[in-house]
Amino acid sequence: MIPVLPVVVAVVTTLAGGWALVLSVRDRPAGRQLLTLLGVLAVVEVALLVQTVAGLVALAGTDRPVHGVTFAGYLFGAVLVLPIGAWWAVTERSRWGPAVLAVACLTVPVLVLRLDQLWAGHA
Amino acid sequence: MPDPALRSGPGRVLVAVYAIFAVAATARSAVQLGTRFGDAPVAYLLSAVAAVVYVVATAALARGGRRLALAAVLIELTGVLVVGTASIVVPQEFPDATVWSFYGAGYGFVPLVLPPLGLLWLRRTARTASSR
Repeated sequence: MIPVLPVVVAVVTTLAGGWALVLSVRDRPAGRQLLTLLGVLAVVEVALLVQTVAGLVALAGTDRPVHGVTFAGYLFGAVLVLPIGAWWAVTERSRWGPAVLAVACLTVPVLVLRLDQLWAGHA
Repeated sequence: MPDPALRSGPGRVLVAVYAIFAVAATARSAVQLGTRFGDAPVAYLLSAVAAVVYVVATAALARGGRRLALAAVLIELTGVLVVGTASIVVPQEFPDATVWSFYGAGYGFVPLVLPPLGLLWLRRTARTASSR
């Protein structure tokens, strides 16, 4: 596991989720703000991919009491949420598109913080 | 008859949340059944039922299958109420958490809020469908 990265990802996605909610409430389904938000999330996605690779490598080489299947499940889940959520969001042309994006964003901190817990040895 | 209105507007968010629970419940249940079924068979079988219900509800809402969605949401509502109550009355049968134990407290009570929202959404889209 890469130290600090999960916390950074959790903070950025929480802020991004808040931003998406604001776009939804102000009824801005499309435009430059949404594109900027999607750009930020693309960077987050790269970080999540790096984390998944690093996590799988670390899992293979550790003798910690980590539940491997569960840990790998969370790693893959964390990588899939944003792309699938973004697709489901941009295919909705109303204020509910950004709302979907907010749901996807706010799922990421739950997953990465849970990953951190699992790595620390809490089942 | 498929009704695309179910996956539009607020329904888009509903499908997204249902999908998250479908994946979470399925993964959790697969790990439980695959690695330690003997520890708590009742709880783990109920976990598997919850997983199936969420998968069916997600698919039915996304594809616009109104009757199937209604059935899944009603089973879900019954499940979260019965399992939530059972986990308090007979806690020894629930040594490990399921999605529905303690009315979904481990998931921020979203499992308790989701079925009423689903029913409201089904009713609201039915009204606009009939007035069209």
